[in-house]
Amino acid sequence: MTSKQSAAAAITVRGLRKSFGPVEVLKGIDLTAREGEVISILGSSGSGKSTMLRCINMLETPDAGDITVADETIRLRPAARGKMRIADRKQVARIRSQLGMVFQSFNLWSHKTVLENIIEAPLHVQKRPRAECIDEAEALLAKVGIAEKRHHYPAHLSGGQQQRAAIARALAMRPKVMLFDEPTSALDPELVGEVLRVMRSLADEGRTMLVVTHEMGFARDVSSRVVFLHQGAIEEEGLPQDMFTNPQSDRFRKFISN
Amino acid sequence: MDLPFLYETFLTLISAVPLTLQLAASAIILGAVLALGLALCRLSGILPLDWLARAYIFVFRGTPLLVQIFLIYYGLGQFREVRQSMFWFVLRDPYWCAVIALMLNTASYSAEIIRGGLLAVPHGQIEAARACGMSRLLVFRRITMPLAIRQALPGYSNEMISMVKATSLASVITIMEVTGVAAKLISETYRAVEVFMVAGAIYLAINFILTRFVAIAEYQMSPHLRQPASLRDVPAAEAR
Repeated sequence: MTSKQSAAAAITVRGLRKSFGPVEVLKGIDLTAREGEVISILGSSGSGKSTMLRCINMLETPDAGDITVADETIRLRPAARGKMRIADRKQVARIRSQLGMVFQSFNLWSHKTVLENIIEAPLHVQKRPRAECIDEAEALLAKVGIAEKRHHYPAHLSGGQQQRAAIARALAMRPKVMLFDEPTSALDPELVGEVLRVMRSLADEGRTMLVVTHEMGFARDVSSRVVFLHQGAIEEEGLPQDMFTNPQSDRFRKFISN
Repeated sequence: MDLPFLYETFLTLISAVPLTLQLAASAIILGAVLALGLALCRLSGILPLDWLARAYIFVFRGTPLLVQIFLIYYGLGQFREVRQSMFWFVLRDPYWCAVIALMLNTASYSAEIIRGGLLAVPHGQIEAARACGMSRLLVFRRITMPLAIRQALPGYSNEMISMVKATSLASVITIMEVTGVAAKLISETYRAVEVFMVAGAIYLAINFILTRFVAIAEYQMSPHLRQPASLRDVPAAEAR
Protein backbone atom coordinates (compact mmCIF):
# COMPACT_ATOMS: atom_id res chain seq x y z
CA MET A 1 0.00 0.00 0.00
CA THR A 2 2.84 2.40 0.78
CA SER A 3 3.94 2.50 -2.84
CA LYS A 4 0.45 3.51 -3.89
CA GLN A 5 0.26 6.17 -1.17
CA SER A 6 3.29 7.87 -2.64
CA ALA A 7 2.37 7.45 -6.32
CA ALA A 8 1.42 10.52 -8.33
CA ALA A 9 -2.20 11.67 -8.25
CA ALA A 10 -4.08 10.63 -11.39
CA ILE A 11 -7.29 12.42 -10.47
CA THR A 12 -7.87 15.01 -7.78
CA VAL A 13 -11.34 16.21 -6.84
CA ARG A 14 -11.57 19.25 -4.54
CA GLY A 15 -14.75 20.69 -3.03
CA LEU A 16 -17.01 19.24 -5.71
CA ARG A 17 -20.59 20.49 -5.50
CA LYS A 18 -23.52 19.84 -7.79
CA SER A 19 -27.24 20.56 -7.59
CA PHE A 20 -30.05 19.55 -9.88
CA GLY A 21 -32.71 22.21 -9.36
CA PRO A 22 -33.38 22.44 -5.62
CA VAL A 23 -31.73 19.07 -4.90
CA GLU A 24 -28.12 19.25 -3.76
CA VAL A 25 -26.64 15.99 -5.05
CA LEU A 26 -22.99 16.57 -4.13
CA LYS A 27 -22.13 18.59 -1.05
CA GLY A 28 -18.41 19.10 -1.32
CA ILE A 29 -16.46 15.99 -2.28
CA ASP A 30 -12.70 15.65 -1.88
CA LEU A 31 -11.05 12.62 -3.41
CA THR A 32 -7.64 11.75 -4.77
CA ALA A 33 -7.02 8.74 -6.98
CA ARG A 34 -3.35 7.86 -7.18
CA GLU A 35 -1.84 5.99 -10.09
CA GLY A 36 -2.51 2.27 -9.84
CA GLU A 37 -5.33 2.63 -7.33
CA VAL A 38 -8.64 0.87 -7.79
CA ILE A 39 -11.27 2.86 -5.93
CA SER A 40 -14.74 1.44 -5.43
CA ILE A 41 -17.38 4.07 -4.87
CA LEU A 42 -20.32 2.67 -2.93
CA GLY A 43 -23.56 4.20 -1.76
CA SER A 44 -27.28 3.72 -1.97
CA SER A 45 -29.11 5.08 -5.00
CA GLY A 46 -29.36 8.85 -4.88
CA SER A 47 -26.17 9.17 -2.87
CA GLY A 48 -24.52 11.03 -5.75
CA LYS A 49 -21.91 8.44 -6.71
CA SER A 50 -22.76 8.38 -10.43
CA THR A 51 -23.00 12.17 -10.54
CA MET A 52 -19.57 12.40 -8.97
CA LEU A 53 -18.08 10.12 -11.61
CA ARG A 54 -19.83 12.05 -14.40
CA CYS A 55 -18.47 15.33 -13.05
CA ILE A 56 -14.92 14.03 -13.40
CA ASN A 57 -15.19 13.87 -17.20
CA MET A 58 -17.58 16.81 -17.40
CA LEU A 59 -20.63 14.88 -18.57
CA GLU A 60 -22.09 16.89 -15.72
CA THR A 61 -20.65 20.33 -15.07
CA PRO A 62 -19.93 20.94 -11.39
CA ASP A 63 -21.40 23.98 -9.62
CA ALA A 64 -18.21 24.41 -7.62
CA GLY A 65 -14.91 22.67 -7.07
CA ASP A 66 -11.84 21.64 -9.00
CA ILE A 67 -11.23 18.52 -11.04
CA THR A 68 -7.59 17.82 -11.83
CA VAL A 69 -6.60 15.04 -14.20
CA ALA A 70 -2.88 14.30 -14.54
CA ASP A 71 -1.91 17.72 -13.14
CA GLU A 72 -4.25 19.61 -15.45
CA THR A 73 -7.16 21.36 -13.74
CA ILE A 74 -10.30 21.69 -15.82
CA ARG A 75 -11.09 25.34 -16.41
CA LEU A 76 -14.64 26.41 -15.61
CA ARG A 77 -16.19 29.84 -15.71
CA PRO A 78 -19.21 31.19 -13.88
CA ALA A 79 -22.57 31.08 -15.64
CA ALA A 80 -26.09 32.19 -14.74
CA ARG A 81 -27.87 31.12 -11.52
CA GLY A 82 -24.72 30.10 -9.65
CA LYS A 83 -23.81 27.43 -12.19
CA MET A 84 -20.52 26.92 -13.98
CA ARG A 85 -19.76 26.19 -17.58
CA ILE A 86 -16.85 24.70 -19.42
CA ALA A 87 -14.35 27.42 -20.28
CA ASP A 88 -12.30 25.53 -22.85
CA ARG A 89 -13.98 22.75 -24.84
CA LYS A 90 -10.68 21.67 -26.38
CA GLN A 91 -9.18 21.17 -22.95
CA VAL A 92 -12.16 19.10 -21.83
CA ALA A 93 -12.01 17.00 -25.00
CA ARG A 94 -8.30 16.39 -24.42
CA ILE A 95 -8.89 15.36 -20.81
CA ARG A 96 -11.85 13.17 -21.73
CA SER A 97 -9.68 11.28 -24.21
CA GLN A 98 -7.45 10.31 -21.26
CA LEU A 99 -10.39 8.98 -19.24
CA GLY A 100 -12.01 5.75 -20.42
CA MET A 101 -15.68 5.77 -19.49
CA VAL A 102 -17.82 2.64 -19.20
CA PHE A 103 -21.54 3.20 -18.82
CA GLN A 104 -24.26 1.24 -17.08
CA SER A 105 -26.19 0.87 -20.35
CA PHE A 106 -23.06 0.18 -22.49
CA ASN A 107 -23.91 2.95 -24.98
CA LEU A 108 -22.18 1.26 -27.89
CA TRP A 109 -22.89 3.01 -31.19
CA SER A 110 -25.65 0.91 -32.66
CA HIS A 111 -24.86 1.63 -36.33
CA LYS A 112 -21.28 0.42 -36.07
CA THR A 113 -19.88 -3.07 -35.64
CA VAL A 114 -17.95 -3.96 -32.52
CA LEU A 115 -14.64 -3.38 -34.33
CA GLU A 116 -15.84 -0.05 -35.77
CA ASN A 117 -16.95 1.00 -32.28
CA ILE A 118 -13.48 0.34 -30.93
CA ILE A 119 -11.45 2.04 -33.66
CA GLU A 120 -13.77 5.06 -33.96
CA ALA A 121 -12.19 7.33 -31.37
CA PRO A 122 -8.53 6.26 -31.81
CA LEU A 123 -8.98 6.89 -35.54
CA HIS A 124 -10.91 10.16 -35.48
CA VAL A 125 -9.97 11.73 -32.14
CA GLN A 126 -6.37 10.60 -31.74
CA LYS A 127 -5.88 10.34 -35.50
CA ARG A 128 -3.76 7.22 -35.27
CA PRO A 129 -3.11 5.12 -38.38
CA ARG A 130 -5.97 2.81 -39.28
CA ALA A 131 -3.92 -0.38 -39.40
CA GLU A 132 -2.51 0.29 -35.95
CA CYS A 133 -6.00 0.98 -34.56
CA ILE A 134 -7.35 -2.25 -36.00
CA ASP A 135 -4.44 -4.33 -34.68
CA GLU A 136 -4.88 -2.86 -31.24
CA ALA A 137 -8.65 -3.31 -31.36
CA GLU A 138 -8.29 -6.98 -32.26
CA ALA A 139 -5.87 -7.49 -29.38
CA LEU A 140 -8.29 -5.78 -26.99
CA LEU A 141 -11.21 -7.86 -28.23
CA ALA A 142 -9.18 -11.02 -27.64
CA LYS A 143 -8.34 -9.75 -24.18
CA VAL A 144 -12.00 -9.22 -23.23
CA GLY A 145 -12.88 -12.53 -24.90
CA ILE A 146 -15.09 -11.49 -27.81
CA ALA A 147 -12.65 -11.61 -30.73
CA GLU A 148 -15.09 -13.69 -32.78
CA LYS A 149 -17.77 -11.00 -32.43
CA ARG A 150 -15.78 -8.20 -34.04
CA HIS A 151 -18.00 -7.87 -37.10
CA HIS A 152 -21.26 -8.10 -35.17
CA TYR A 153 -23.46 -5.15 -34.36
CA PRO A 154 -24.14 -4.37 -30.70
CA ALA A 155 -27.80 -5.37 -31.00
CA HIS A 156 -26.68 -8.92 -31.80
CA LEU A 157 -24.63 -9.33 -28.63
CA SER A 158 -25.64 -10.25 -25.10
CA GLY A 159 -25.44 -7.58 -22.41
CA GLY A 160 -22.23 -9.04 -21.03
CA GLN A 161 -20.63 -9.09 -24.46
CA GLN A 162 -21.75 -5.52 -25.11
CA GLN A 163 -20.25 -4.34 -21.85
CA ARG A 164 -16.98 -6.12 -22.60
CA ALA A 165 -16.95 -4.45 -26.02
CA ALA A 166 -17.57 -1.11 -24.30
CA ILE A 167 -14.61 -1.75 -21.99
CA ALA A 168 -12.46 -2.54 -25.02
CA ARG A 169 -13.67 0.68 -26.67
CA ALA A 170 -12.60 2.68 -23.61
CA LEU A 171 -9.23 0.92 -23.42
CA ALA A 172 -8.53 1.61 -27.09
CA MET A 173 -7.95 5.27 -26.23
CA ARG A 174 -5.04 4.18 -23.98
CA PRO A 175 -6.61 6.09 -21.08
CA LYS A 176 -4.74 7.06 -17.94
CA VAL A 177 -7.77 6.27 -15.79
CA MET A 178 -10.81 4.06 -16.34
CA LEU A 179 -14.16 5.27 -15.01
CA PHE A 180 -16.87 2.66 -14.53
CA ASP A 181 -20.42 3.83 -13.87
CA GLU A 182 -22.29 0.81 -12.45
CA PRO A 183 -20.95 -1.43 -15.22
CA THR A 184 -22.87 -4.53 -14.14
CA SER A 185 -26.15 -3.03 -12.94
CA ALA A 186 -27.97 -3.51 -16.27
CA LEU A 187 -26.86 -7.12 -16.69
CA ASP A 188 -28.63 -10.38 -16.02
CA PRO A 189 -27.11 -12.00 -12.93
CA GLU A 190 -25.43 -14.78 -14.92
CA LEU A 191 -23.65 -12.22 -17.14
CA VAL A 192 -22.21 -10.15 -14.29
CA GLY A 193 -19.31 -12.54 -13.72
CA GLU A 194 -17.78 -12.24 -17.19
CA VAL A 195 -17.65 -8.43 -16.92
CA LEU A 196 -16.24 -8.49 -13.39
CA ARG A 197 -13.55 -10.92 -14.52
CA VAL A 198 -12.42 -8.46 -17.20
CA MET A 199 -12.42 -5.63 -14.67
CA ARG A 200 -10.43 -7.69 -12.21
CA SER A 201 -7.82 -8.44 -14.88
CA LEU A 202 -7.50 -4.71 -15.56
CA ALA A 203 -7.01 -4.09 -11.84
CA ASP A 204 -4.33 -6.80 -11.77
CA GLU A 205 -2.47 -5.00 -14.57
CA GLY A 206 -2.18 -2.01 -12.27
CA ARG A 207 -4.63 0.24 -14.07
CA THR A 208 -6.05 3.21 -12.25
CA MET A 209 -9.78 2.67 -11.91
CA LEU A 210 -12.73 4.47 -10.36
CA VAL A 211 -15.64 2.08 -10.08
CA VAL A 212 -19.14 3.06 -9.05
CA THR A 213 -20.69 -0.26 -8.17
CA HIS A 214 -23.12 -2.30 -6.14
CA GLU A 215 -20.89 -5.37 -6.34
CA MET A 216 -19.71 -5.81 -2.78
CA GLY A 217 -17.49 -8.73 -3.72
CA PHE A 218 -15.60 -6.61 -6.24
CA ALA A 219 -15.26 -3.73 -3.77
CA ARG A 220 -13.97 -6.02 -1.03
CA ASP A 221 -11.67 -8.28 -3.04
CA VAL A 222 -10.38 -6.18 -5.95
CA SER A 223 -10.30 -2.54 -4.94
CA SER A 224 -7.42 -0.94 -3.10
CA ARG A 225 -9.68 1.64 -1.50
CA VAL A 226 -13.39 2.01 -0.82
CA VAL A 227 -15.29 5.27 -0.69
CA PHE A 228 -18.80 5.27 0.76
CA LEU A 229 -21.06 8.14 -0.23
CA HIS A 230 -24.16 9.12 1.67
CA GLN A 231 -26.42 11.99 0.63
CA GLY A 232 -23.77 13.70 -1.43
CA ALA A 233 -20.89 13.50 1.01
CA ILE A 234 -18.17 10.97 1.75
CA GLU A 235 -19.34 9.18 4.86
CA GLU A 236 -16.46 6.76 5.18
CA GLU A 237 -13.40 5.73 3.20
CA GLY A 238 -10.52 3.40 3.73
CA LEU A 239 -8.97 0.07 2.88
CA PRO A 240 -11.55 -2.55 1.98
CA GLN A 241 -10.31 -5.06 4.53
CA ASP A 242 -10.71 -2.48 7.31
CA MET A 243 -14.06 -1.14 6.16
CA PHE A 244 -15.76 -4.46 5.58
CA THR A 245 -14.53 -6.09 8.77
CA ASN A 246 -14.73 -3.06 11.01
CA PRO A 247 -16.98 -0.34 9.60
CA GLN A 248 -16.69 2.95 11.46
CA SER A 249 -20.02 4.57 10.55
CA ASP A 250 -23.45 3.21 11.34
CA ARG A 251 -24.62 3.96 7.84
CA PHE A 252 -21.92 1.90 6.17
CA ARG A 253 -22.50 -0.92 8.65
CA LYS A 254 -26.19 -0.87 7.72
CA PHE A 255 -25.34 -0.59 4.03
CA ILE A 256 -23.15 -3.72 3.97
CA SER A 257 -25.49 -5.73 6.18
CA ASN A 258 -28.27 -5.37 3.61
CA MET B 1 -57.79 3.37 -77.28
CA ASP B 2 -55.75 5.36 -79.71
CA LEU B 3 -52.39 3.72 -79.09
CA PRO B 4 -50.38 5.70 -81.63
CA PHE B 5 -51.63 8.93 -80.02
CA LEU B 6 -50.76 7.66 -76.56
CA TYR B 7 -47.30 6.71 -77.79
CA GLU B 8 -46.76 10.08 -79.40
CA THR B 9 -47.95 11.82 -76.24
CA PHE B 10 -45.58 9.68 -74.22
CA LEU B 11 -42.63 10.66 -76.44
CA THR B 12 -43.53 14.34 -76.12
CA LEU B 13 -43.95 14.22 -72.35
CA ILE B 14 -40.85 12.14 -71.72
CA SER B 15 -38.76 14.94 -73.21
CA ALA B 16 -39.92 17.10 -70.29
CA VAL B 17 -38.91 14.55 -67.66
CA PRO B 18 -35.34 15.90 -67.26
CA LEU B 19 -36.72 19.31 -66.30
CA THR B 20 -39.12 17.75 -63.80
CA LEU B 21 -36.27 15.72 -62.26
CA GLN B 22 -34.02 18.76 -62.20
CA LEU B 23 -36.67 20.81 -60.41
CA ALA B 24 -37.35 18.05 -57.90
CA ALA B 25 -33.68 17.27 -57.28
CA SER B 26 -32.63 20.91 -56.76
CA ALA B 27 -35.60 21.57 -54.50
CA ILE B 28 -34.97 18.43 -52.43
CA ILE B 29 -31.21 18.95 -52.08
CA LEU B 30 -31.35 22.68 -51.32
CA GLY B 31 -34.41 22.09 -49.14
CA ALA B 32 -32.58 19.43 -47.13
CA VAL B 33 -29.73 21.83 -46.36
CA LEU B 34 -32.18 24.51 -45.25
CA ALA B 35 -34.21 21.93 -43.32
CA LEU B 36 -31.14 20.75 -41.42
CA GLY B 37 -30.41 24.34 -40.46
CA LEU B 38 -34.00 24.85 -39.32
CA ALA B 39 -34.03 21.61 -37.33
CA LEU B 40 -30.78 22.60 -35.61
CA CYS B 41 -32.27 26.02 -34.82
CA ARG B 42 -35.30 24.31 -33.29
CA LEU B 43 -33.05 22.11 -31.14
CA SER B 44 -30.42 24.76 -30.35
CA GLY B 45 -32.02 25.81 -27.09
CA ILE B 46 -31.41 29.41 -28.16
CA LEU B 47 -34.85 31.00 -27.98
CA PRO B 48 -34.59 33.54 -30.84
CA LEU B 49 -33.34 30.85 -33.24
CA ASP B 50 -35.99 28.41 -32.06
CA TRP B 51 -38.77 30.95 -32.58
CA LEU B 52 -37.42 32.01 -35.96
CA ALA B 53 -37.51 28.40 -37.14
CA ARG B 54 -40.96 27.86 -35.63
CA ALA B 55 -42.31 30.94 -37.40
CA TYR B 56 -40.77 29.86 -40.69
CA ILE B 57 -42.24 26.37 -40.44
CA PHE B 58 -45.62 27.77 -39.40
CA VAL B 59 -45.81 30.05 -42.42
CA PHE B 60 -44.45 27.75 -45.13
CA ARG B 61 -46.27 24.66 -43.92
CA GLY B 62 -49.49 26.53 -43.35
CA THR B 63 -49.90 28.19 -46.75
CA PRO B 64 -50.47 26.49 -50.12
CA LEU B 65 -47.45 25.86 -52.31
CA LEU B 66 -49.34 27.32 -55.26
CA VAL B 67 -49.82 30.59 -53.40
CA GLN B 68 -46.12 30.62 -52.49
CA ILE B 69 -45.16 30.11 -56.13
CA PHE B 70 -47.42 32.96 -57.24
CA LEU B 71 -46.14 35.27 -54.53
CA ILE B 72 -42.50 34.63 -55.37
CA TYR B 73 -42.91 34.83 -59.14
CA TYR B 74 -45.49 37.60 -59.51
CA GLY B 75 -45.33 39.19 -56.06
CA LEU B 76 -41.65 39.95 -55.61
CA GLY B 77 -41.36 41.60 -59.04
CA GLN B 78 -43.81 44.28 -57.86
CA PHE B 79 -41.18 45.82 -55.64
CA ARG B 80 -38.73 48.14 -57.27
CA GLU B 81 -36.15 47.30 -54.59
CA VAL B 82 -36.30 43.66 -55.63
CA ARG B 83 -36.05 44.52 -59.32
CA GLN B 84 -32.98 46.64 -58.62
CA SER B 85 -31.37 44.20 -56.22
CA MET B 86 -28.56 41.77 -56.99
CA PHE B 87 -31.07 38.91 -56.72
CA TRP B 88 -33.20 40.07 -59.61
CA PHE B 89 -31.34 38.02 -62.22
CA VAL B 90 -32.46 34.94 -60.23
CA LEU B 91 -35.93 36.12 -59.27
CA ARG B 92 -36.88 37.19 -62.80
CA ASP B 93 -36.32 33.64 -64.02
CA PRO B 94 -39.42 31.42 -63.59
CA TYR B 95 -37.22 28.32 -63.23
CA TRP B 96 -35.40 29.73 -60.23
CA CYS B 97 -38.62 31.08 -58.76
CA ALA B 98 -40.06 27.57 -58.93
CA VAL B 99 -36.92 26.02 -57.38
CA ILE B 100 -36.94 28.62 -54.59
CA ALA B 101 -40.65 28.13 -53.83
CA LEU B 102 -40.36 24.34 -53.85
CA MET B 103 -37.22 24.45 -51.74
CA LEU B 104 -38.66 26.83 -49.14
CA ASN B 105 -41.80 24.72 -48.94
CA THR B 106 -40.13 21.32 -48.63
CA ALA B 107 -37.68 22.69 -46.05
CA SER B 108 -40.54 23.45 -43.67
CA TYR B 109 -41.80 19.87 -43.73
CA SER B 110 -38.34 18.27 -43.84
CA ALA B 111 -37.16 20.34 -40.87
CA GLU B 112 -39.72 18.62 -38.67
CA ILE B 113 -38.85 15.18 -40.08
CA ILE B 114 -35.15 15.76 -39.45
CA ARG B 115 -35.86 17.13 -35.98
CA GLY B 116 -37.75 13.93 -35.21
CA GLY B 117 -34.79 11.88 -36.43
CA LEU B 118 -32.34 13.87 -34.32
CA LEU B 119 -34.52 13.54 -31.22
CA ALA B 120 -34.71 9.78 -31.71
CA VAL B 121 -30.94 9.32 -31.36
CA PRO B 122 -30.33 7.66 -27.98
CA HIS B 123 -28.73 10.17 -25.62
CA GLY B 124 -26.39 7.55 -24.19
CA GLN B 125 -24.70 7.04 -27.55
CA ILE B 126 -24.05 10.78 -27.85
CA GLU B 127 -22.70 10.83 -24.31
CA ALA B 128 -20.37 7.94 -25.07
CA ALA B 129 -19.02 9.90 -28.04
CA ARG B 130 -18.45 13.01 -25.94
CA ALA B 131 -16.79 10.89 -23.26
CA CYS B 132 -14.24 9.73 -25.87
CA GLY B 133 -13.15 13.32 -26.38
CA MET B 134 -14.97 13.89 -29.65
CA SER B 135 -15.68 17.51 -30.56
CA ARG B 136 -19.31 18.53 -31.03
CA LEU B 137 -18.89 18.55 -34.79
CA LEU B 138 -17.31 15.10 -34.82
CA VAL B 139 -20.08 13.69 -32.60
CA PHE B 140 -22.64 15.15 -34.95
CA ARG B 141 -20.95 13.91 -38.11
CA ARG B 142 -19.99 10.42 -36.96
CA ILE B 143 -22.74 9.46 -34.49
CA THR B 144 -25.80 11.71 -34.39
CA MET B 145 -26.31 12.32 -38.09
CA PRO B 146 -26.01 8.71 -39.36
CA LEU B 147 -28.45 7.53 -36.69
CA ALA B 148 -30.83 10.43 -37.32
CA ILE B 149 -30.84 9.91 -41.08
CA ARG B 150 -31.68 6.25 -40.62
CA GLN B 151 -34.56 7.22 -38.33
CA ALA B 152 -35.84 9.99 -40.60
CA LEU B 153 -35.58 8.18 -43.93
CA PRO B 154 -39.05 6.56 -44.07
CA GLY B 155 -40.74 9.87 -43.26
CA TYR B 156 -38.41 11.76 -45.52
CA SER B 157 -39.19 9.53 -48.50
CA ASN B 158 -42.80 10.71 -48.23
CA GLU B 159 -41.60 14.27 -48.52
CA MET B 160 -39.42 13.46 -51.54
CA ILE B 161 -42.37 11.86 -53.31
CA SER B 162 -44.51 14.89 -52.52
CA MET B 163 -41.85 17.11 -54.04
CA VAL B 164 -41.73 15.15 -57.31
CA LYS B 165 -45.46 15.64 -57.64
CA ALA B 166 -45.33 19.25 -56.49
CA THR B 167 -43.07 20.17 -59.41
CA SER B 168 -46.22 19.98 -61.54
CA LEU B 169 -47.31 23.28 -59.95
CA ALA B 170 -44.36 24.99 -61.60
CA SER B 171 -46.33 24.74 -64.84
CA VAL B 172 -48.47 27.70 -63.70
CA ILE B 173 -45.47 30.01 -64.01
CA THR B 174 -44.73 28.98 -67.60
CA ILE B 175 -42.31 26.15 -66.86
CA MET B 176 -42.57 23.37 -69.41
CA GLU B 177 -42.00 20.39 -67.19
CA VAL B 178 -44.17 17.28 -67.63
CA THR B 179 -47.45 18.87 -66.55
CA GLY B 180 -46.69 22.08 -68.44
CA VAL B 181 -46.08 20.15 -71.65
CA ALA B 182 -49.20 18.08 -70.98
CA ALA B 183 -51.33 21.20 -70.61
CA LYS B 184 -49.93 22.57 -73.87
CA LEU B 185 -50.68 19.28 -75.64
CA ILE B 186 -54.26 19.38 -74.36
CA SER B 187 -54.77 22.92 -75.61
CA GLU B 188 -53.64 21.69 -79.03
CA THR B 189 -55.53 18.37 -79.15
CA TYR B 190 -58.41 18.73 -76.63
CA ARG B 191 -57.72 15.16 -75.49
CA ALA B 192 -57.36 15.78 -71.78
CA VAL B 193 -58.00 12.26 -70.51
CA GLU B 194 -55.36 10.52 -72.60
CA VAL B 195 -52.71 13.17 -72.10
CA PHE B 196 -53.18 13.38 -68.34
CA MET B 197 -53.25 9.58 -68.09
CA VAL B 198 -49.83 9.44 -69.70
CA ALA B 199 -48.59 12.30 -67.53
CA GLY B 200 -49.85 10.53 -64.40
CA ALA B 201 -48.15 7.31 -65.46
CA ILE B 202 -44.86 9.17 -65.88
CA TYR B 203 -45.04 10.60 -62.34
CA LEU B 204 -45.92 7.12 -61.08
CA ALA B 205 -42.85 5.66 -62.79
CA ILE B 206 -40.55 8.36 -61.39
CA ASN B 207 -41.86 7.79 -57.88
CA PHE B 208 -41.59 4.02 -58.26
CA ILE B 209 -37.90 4.37 -59.05
CA LEU B 210 -37.48 6.90 -56.24
CA THR B 211 -39.06 4.59 -53.66
CA ARG B 212 -36.83 1.73 -54.85
CA PHE B 213 -33.76 3.90 -54.30
CA VAL B 214 -34.96 4.87 -50.83
CA ALA B 215 -35.61 1.21 -50.01
CA ILE B 216 -32.06 0.33 -51.08
CA ALA B 217 -30.64 3.19 -49.01
CA GLU B 218 -32.70 2.09 -46.03
CA TYR B 219 -31.50 -1.49 -46.40
CA GLN B 220 -27.87 -0.43 -46.60
CA MET B 221 -28.18 1.83 -43.58
CA SER B 222 -29.67 -0.76 -41.30
CA PRO B 223 -27.47 -3.86 -41.13
CA HIS B 224 -27.64 -3.45 -37.36
CA LEU B 225 -31.41 -3.96 -37.43
CA ARG B 226 -31.24 -7.21 -39.36
CA GLN B 227 -30.33 -10.63 -38.10
CA PRO B 228 -26.68 -11.31 -38.90
CA ALA B 229 -25.89 -14.00 -41.45
CA SER B 230 -24.18 -16.15 -38.84
CA LEU B 231 -27.33 -16.24 -36.70
CA ARG B 232 -29.57 -16.93 -39.69
CA ASP B 233 -27.47 -20.02 -40.43
CA VAL B 234 -28.13 -21.55 -37.04
CA PRO B 235 -31.73 -22.75 -37.52
CA ALA B 236 -30.83 -24.11 -40.96
CA ALA B 237 -27.95 -26.11 -39.50
CA GLU B 238 -30.14 -27.45 -36.73
CA ALA B 239 -32.85 -28.43 -39.18
CA ARG B 240 -30.48 -30.64 -41.08
